[in-house]
Amino acid sequence: MQALLAAAPALPLHEAGKHVAGAYGVFVTLLIVYVAIMGAKVARIERDLQALAELVEDREL
Amino acid sequence: MALVFFYAPIDADQGFVQKIFYIHVPLAIVALCGWVAGGVFAIQHLRTGDRRWDLRSYVAIHLSLIFGVAVLATGSIWAKASWGHWWVWGEPTLVSFLIVFLLYCTYQPMRFSISDPGKQARYASVFAITAGAFVPLNFVAVRLATPLVHPRVFTRVAGQLPGSMRLTFLVSLLAVALIFTTLWKLELTSKNASDQLRRLRRRLEERVPAGVS
Repeated sequence: MQALLAAAPALPLHEAGKHVAGAYGVFVTLLIVYVAIMGAKVARIERDLQALAELVEDREL
Repeated sequence: MALVFFYAPIDADQGFVQKIFYIHVPLAIVALCGWVAGGVFAIQHLRTGDRRWDLRSYVAIHLSLIFGVAVLATGSIWAKASWGHWWVWGEPTLVSFLIVFLLYCTYQPMRFSISDPGKQARYASVFAITAGAFVPLNFVAVRLATPLVHPRVFTRVAGQLPGSMRLTFLVSLLAVALIFTTLWKLELTSKNASDQLRRLRRRLEERVPAGVS
Protein backbone atom coordinates (compact mmCIF):
# COMPACT_ATOMS: atom_id res chain seq x y z
CA MET A 1 0.00 0.00 0.00
CA GLN A 2 2.81 2.38 0.93
CA ALA A 3 4.62 1.56 -2.33
CA LEU A 4 1.42 2.29 -4.25
CA LEU A 5 0.96 5.62 -2.51
CA ALA A 6 4.61 6.50 -3.11
CA ALA A 7 4.25 5.72 -6.81
CA ALA A 8 1.01 7.70 -7.14
CA PRO A 9 1.36 11.31 -8.29
CA ALA A 10 0.84 14.00 -5.67
CA LEU A 11 -2.59 15.58 -5.88
CA PRO A 12 -2.66 19.39 -5.81
CA LEU A 13 -5.28 19.66 -3.07
CA HIS A 14 -5.27 23.42 -2.61
CA GLU A 15 -7.98 25.72 -4.04
CA ALA A 16 -9.01 23.39 -6.90
CA GLY A 17 -9.06 20.43 -4.52
CA LYS A 18 -11.95 21.95 -2.57
CA HIS A 19 -14.01 22.35 -5.73
CA VAL A 20 -13.26 18.83 -6.97
CA ALA A 21 -14.06 17.37 -3.53
CA GLY A 22 -17.27 19.42 -3.48
CA ALA A 23 -18.40 18.16 -6.89
CA TYR A 24 -17.74 14.50 -6.09
CA GLY A 25 -19.17 15.02 -2.58
CA VAL A 26 -22.46 16.32 -4.02
CA PHE A 27 -22.83 13.21 -6.19
CA VAL A 28 -21.95 10.80 -3.37
CA THR A 29 -24.31 12.61 -0.96
CA LEU A 30 -27.20 12.44 -3.46
CA LEU A 31 -26.49 8.77 -4.01
CA ILE A 32 -26.42 8.02 -0.27
CA VAL A 33 -29.66 9.96 0.35
CA TYR A 34 -31.38 8.13 -2.53
CA VAL A 35 -30.19 4.70 -1.35
CA ALA A 36 -31.26 5.53 2.24
CA ILE A 37 -34.77 6.50 1.03
CA MET A 38 -34.99 3.33 -1.05
CA GLY A 39 -33.77 1.32 1.95
CA ALA A 40 -36.54 2.80 4.10
CA LYS A 41 -39.12 1.95 1.42
CA VAL A 42 -37.90 -1.64 1.15
CA ALA A 43 -38.03 -1.95 4.96
CA ARG A 44 -41.66 -0.73 4.90
CA ILE A 45 -42.53 -3.27 2.19
CA GLU A 46 -40.97 -6.00 4.33
CA ARG A 47 -43.05 -4.92 7.36
CA ASP A 48 -46.23 -4.84 5.26
CA LEU A 49 -45.46 -8.26 3.85
CA GLN A 50 -44.93 -9.63 7.34
CA ALA A 51 -48.25 -8.16 8.50
CA LEU A 52 -49.99 -9.66 5.47
CA ALA A 53 -48.42 -13.06 6.09
CA GLU A 54 -49.62 -12.94 9.73
CA LEU A 55 -53.12 -12.04 8.56
CA VAL A 56 -53.19 -14.99 6.17
CA GLU A 57 -51.89 -17.34 8.88
CA ASP A 58 -54.55 -16.14 11.35
CA ARG A 59 -57.28 -16.79 8.80
CA GLU A 60 -55.99 -20.28 8.04
CA LEU A 61 -55.93 -21.29 11.72
CA MET B 1 -12.08 7.01 -9.00
CA ALA B 2 -8.55 5.60 -9.01
CA LEU B 3 -8.35 6.19 -12.78
CA VAL B 4 -9.65 9.74 -12.39
CA PHE B 5 -7.24 10.78 -9.67
CA PHE B 6 -4.15 8.63 -10.29
CA TYR B 7 -4.18 7.59 -13.97
CA ALA B 8 -5.61 10.46 -16.01
CA PRO B 9 -3.09 13.29 -16.40
CA ILE B 10 -3.77 16.74 -14.99
CA ASP B 11 -5.13 19.00 -17.71
CA ALA B 12 -2.59 21.54 -18.93
CA ASP B 13 -5.19 24.27 -19.39
CA GLN B 14 -7.55 23.91 -16.42
CA GLY B 15 -5.36 22.01 -13.98
CA PHE B 16 -6.73 19.77 -11.23
CA VAL B 17 -10.24 21.21 -11.40
CA GLN B 18 -10.74 19.44 -14.76
CA LYS B 19 -11.22 16.20 -12.76
CA ILE B 20 -14.86 17.31 -12.33
CA PHE B 21 -15.26 16.52 -16.04
CA TYR B 22 -15.17 12.77 -15.28
CA ILE B 23 -18.29 12.98 -13.10
CA HIS B 24 -20.14 15.96 -14.61
CA VAL B 25 -20.20 14.87 -18.28
CA PRO B 26 -21.10 11.17 -17.70
CA LEU B 27 -23.90 12.28 -15.34
CA ALA B 28 -25.25 14.68 -18.00
CA ILE B 29 -25.09 12.05 -20.76
CA VAL B 30 -26.77 9.39 -18.60
CA ALA B 31 -29.47 11.82 -17.39
CA LEU B 32 -30.30 12.87 -20.98
CA CYS B 33 -30.32 9.21 -22.12
CA GLY B 34 -32.59 8.37 -19.16
CA TRP B 35 -35.11 11.00 -20.29
CA VAL B 36 -35.00 9.69 -23.85
CA ALA B 37 -35.42 6.13 -22.51
CA GLY B 38 -38.44 7.37 -20.52
CA GLY B 39 -39.96 8.52 -23.84
CA VAL B 40 -39.22 5.17 -25.52
CA PHE B 41 -40.84 3.26 -22.62
CA ALA B 42 -43.83 5.60 -22.87
CA ILE B 43 -44.21 4.76 -26.60
CA GLN B 44 -44.23 1.09 -25.62
CA HIS B 45 -46.89 1.81 -23.01
CA LEU B 46 -49.16 3.56 -25.50
CA ARG B 47 -48.60 0.80 -28.08
CA THR B 48 -49.23 -2.16 -25.78
CA GLY B 49 -51.34 -0.67 -22.98
CA ASP B 50 -49.15 -2.56 -20.52
CA ARG B 51 -48.83 -0.53 -17.28
CA ARG B 52 -45.36 -1.94 -16.61
CA TRP B 53 -43.97 0.21 -19.44
CA ASP B 54 -45.47 3.30 -17.81
CA LEU B 55 -43.80 2.38 -14.53
CA ARG B 56 -40.47 1.91 -16.34
CA SER B 57 -40.87 5.31 -17.98
CA TYR B 58 -41.77 6.97 -14.67
CA VAL B 59 -38.77 5.50 -12.83
CA ALA B 60 -36.34 6.43 -15.67
CA ILE B 61 -37.57 10.03 -15.65
CA HIS B 62 -37.53 10.22 -11.86
CA LEU B 63 -33.94 8.94 -11.66
CA SER B 64 -32.82 11.23 -14.48
CA LEU B 65 -34.19 14.17 -12.50
CA ILE B 66 -32.03 13.20 -9.53
CA PHE B 67 -29.03 12.82 -11.83
CA GLY B 68 -29.99 16.20 -13.33
CA VAL B 69 -29.69 17.82 -9.88
CA ALA B 70 -26.18 16.34 -9.63
CA VAL B 71 -25.32 17.64 -13.15
CA LEU B 72 -26.42 21.17 -12.26
CA ALA B 73 -24.59 21.09 -8.91
CA THR B 74 -21.32 19.67 -10.26
CA GLY B 75 -21.52 21.99 -13.29
CA SER B 76 -21.99 25.03 -11.09
CA ILE B 77 -19.03 24.07 -8.92
CA TRP B 78 -16.89 23.55 -12.03
CA ALA B 79 -18.07 26.88 -13.47
CA LYS B 80 -17.18 28.69 -10.24
CA ALA B 81 -13.71 27.12 -10.21
CA SER B 82 -13.01 27.71 -13.93
CA TRP B 83 -14.91 30.84 -14.88
CA GLY B 84 -15.37 32.49 -11.50
CA HIS B 85 -19.18 32.37 -11.71
CA TRP B 86 -21.66 29.80 -10.39
CA TRP B 87 -23.84 30.24 -13.49
CA VAL B 88 -23.43 31.87 -16.92
CA TRP B 89 -26.79 32.80 -18.43
CA GLY B 90 -25.29 33.55 -21.86
CA GLU B 91 -24.03 29.98 -22.34
CA PRO B 92 -26.46 27.85 -24.43
CA THR B 93 -25.29 24.48 -23.03
CA LEU B 94 -26.05 25.44 -19.43
CA VAL B 95 -29.34 27.18 -20.10
CA SER B 96 -30.62 24.44 -22.42
CA PHE B 97 -29.92 21.76 -19.79
CA LEU B 98 -31.70 23.89 -17.19
CA ILE B 99 -34.72 24.22 -19.53
CA VAL B 100 -34.86 20.44 -20.06
CA PHE B 101 -34.48 19.89 -16.30
CA LEU B 102 -37.26 22.36 -15.46
CA LEU B 103 -39.47 20.79 -18.14
CA TYR B 104 -39.12 17.40 -16.45
CA CYS B 105 -39.68 19.00 -13.02
CA THR B 106 -43.29 19.52 -14.14
CA TYR B 107 -43.70 15.79 -14.96
CA GLN B 108 -44.42 14.58 -11.44
CA PRO B 109 -46.87 17.37 -10.41
CA MET B 110 -48.66 16.84 -13.74
CA ARG B 111 -48.77 13.08 -13.26
CA PHE B 112 -50.02 13.10 -9.68
CA SER B 113 -52.59 15.81 -10.31
CA ILE B 114 -54.61 13.20 -12.26
CA SER B 115 -56.47 10.82 -9.96
CA ASP B 116 -57.69 8.26 -12.51
CA PRO B 117 -54.79 5.73 -12.86
CA GLY B 118 -55.46 4.90 -16.52
CA LYS B 119 -55.72 8.53 -17.56
CA GLN B 120 -52.68 9.38 -15.42
CA ALA B 121 -50.54 6.76 -17.19
CA ARG B 122 -51.71 7.86 -20.67
CA TYR B 123 -51.17 11.59 -20.07
CA ALA B 124 -47.79 10.92 -18.44
CA SER B 125 -46.77 8.82 -21.48
CA VAL B 126 -47.74 11.59 -23.89
CA PHE B 127 -45.69 14.04 -21.81
CA ALA B 128 -42.72 11.64 -21.69
CA ILE B 129 -42.77 11.12 -25.48
CA THR B 130 -43.05 14.85 -26.28
CA ALA B 131 -40.37 15.85 -23.78
CA GLY B 132 -38.19 12.86 -24.77
CA ALA B 133 -38.26 14.00 -28.40
CA PHE B 134 -37.32 17.50 -27.26
CA VAL B 135 -34.11 16.27 -25.57
CA PRO B 136 -32.13 15.23 -28.74
CA LEU B 137 -33.53 18.20 -30.68
CA ASN B 138 -32.35 20.49 -27.93
CA PHE B 139 -28.93 18.78 -27.89
CA VAL B 140 -28.46 19.25 -31.66
CA ALA B 141 -29.61 22.88 -31.48
CA VAL B 142 -27.08 23.60 -28.75
CA ARG B 143 -24.26 21.89 -30.71
CA LEU B 144 -25.06 24.09 -33.69
CA ALA B 145 -25.12 27.24 -31.56
CA THR B 146 -21.95 29.28 -31.13
CA PRO B 147 -20.40 28.34 -27.80
CA LEU B 148 -19.27 31.18 -25.60
CA VAL B 149 -17.27 29.56 -22.84
CA HIS B 150 -18.43 25.94 -22.48
CA PRO B 151 -15.77 23.67 -24.08
CA ARG B 152 -16.52 21.20 -26.88
CA VAL B 153 -14.42 18.10 -26.29
CA PHE B 154 -16.08 15.47 -28.49
CA THR B 155 -15.82 17.01 -31.93
CA ARG B 156 -14.33 15.79 -35.21
CA VAL B 157 -12.21 18.86 -35.79
CA ALA B 158 -10.50 19.85 -32.56
CA GLY B 159 -10.15 19.37 -28.83
CA GLN B 160 -9.78 15.58 -28.95
CA LEU B 161 -9.03 13.95 -25.63
CA PRO B 162 -5.70 12.16 -25.22
CA GLY B 163 -5.91 8.35 -24.86
CA SER B 164 -5.58 8.14 -21.07
CA MET B 165 -8.21 10.84 -20.53
CA ARG B 166 -10.54 9.19 -23.06
CA LEU B 167 -10.19 5.79 -21.35
CA THR B 168 -10.86 7.32 -17.93
CA PHE B 169 -13.88 9.15 -19.31
CA LEU B 170 -15.29 5.98 -20.92
CA VAL B 171 -14.84 4.00 -17.69
CA SER B 172 -16.55 6.81 -15.75
CA LEU B 173 -19.41 6.86 -18.27
CA LEU B 174 -19.83 3.10 -17.95
CA ALA B 175 -19.76 3.33 -14.14
CA VAL B 176 -22.39 6.08 -14.04
CA ALA B 177 -24.56 4.18 -16.55
CA LEU B 178 -24.31 1.06 -14.38
CA ILE B 179 -25.24 3.04 -11.25
CA PHE B 180 -28.25 4.43 -13.11
CA THR B 181 -29.33 0.99 -14.34
CA THR B 182 -28.90 -0.58 -10.88
CA LEU B 183 -30.90 2.16 -9.16
CA TRP B 184 -33.57 2.00 -11.90
CA LYS B 185 -33.92 -1.75 -11.39
CA LEU B 186 -33.98 -1.31 -7.58
CA GLU B 187 -36.72 1.32 -7.66
CA LEU B 188 -38.69 -0.64 -10.24
CA THR B 189 -38.56 -3.81 -8.11
CA SER B 190 -39.55 -1.85 -5.02
CA LYS B 191 -42.52 -0.21 -6.78
CA ASN B 192 -43.67 -3.53 -8.29
CA ALA B 193 -43.47 -5.25 -4.88
CA SER B 194 -45.35 -2.39 -3.25
CA ASP B 195 -48.10 -2.51 -5.92
CA GLN B 196 -48.51 -6.29 -5.64
CA LEU B 197 -48.64 -6.04 -1.85
CA ARG B 198 -51.37 -3.39 -2.02
CA ARG B 199 -53.36 -5.51 -4.47
CA LEU B 200 -53.01 -8.62 -2.29
CA ARG B 201 -54.13 -6.74 0.83
CA ARG B 202 -57.15 -5.33 -1.01
CA ARG B 203 -58.16 -8.81 -2.19
CA LEU B 204 -57.70 -10.21 1.30
CA GLU B 205 -59.74 -7.43 2.87
CA GLU B 206 -62.52 -8.02 0.34
CA ARG B 207 -62.63 -11.68 1.31
CA VAL B 208 -62.72 -11.12 5.10
CA PRO B 209 -66.39 -10.01 5.32
CA ALA B 210 -67.43 -12.89 3.05
CA GLY B 211 -65.60 -15.37 5.30
CA VAL B 212 -67.16 -13.88 8.43
CA SER B 213 -70.73 -14.12 7.15
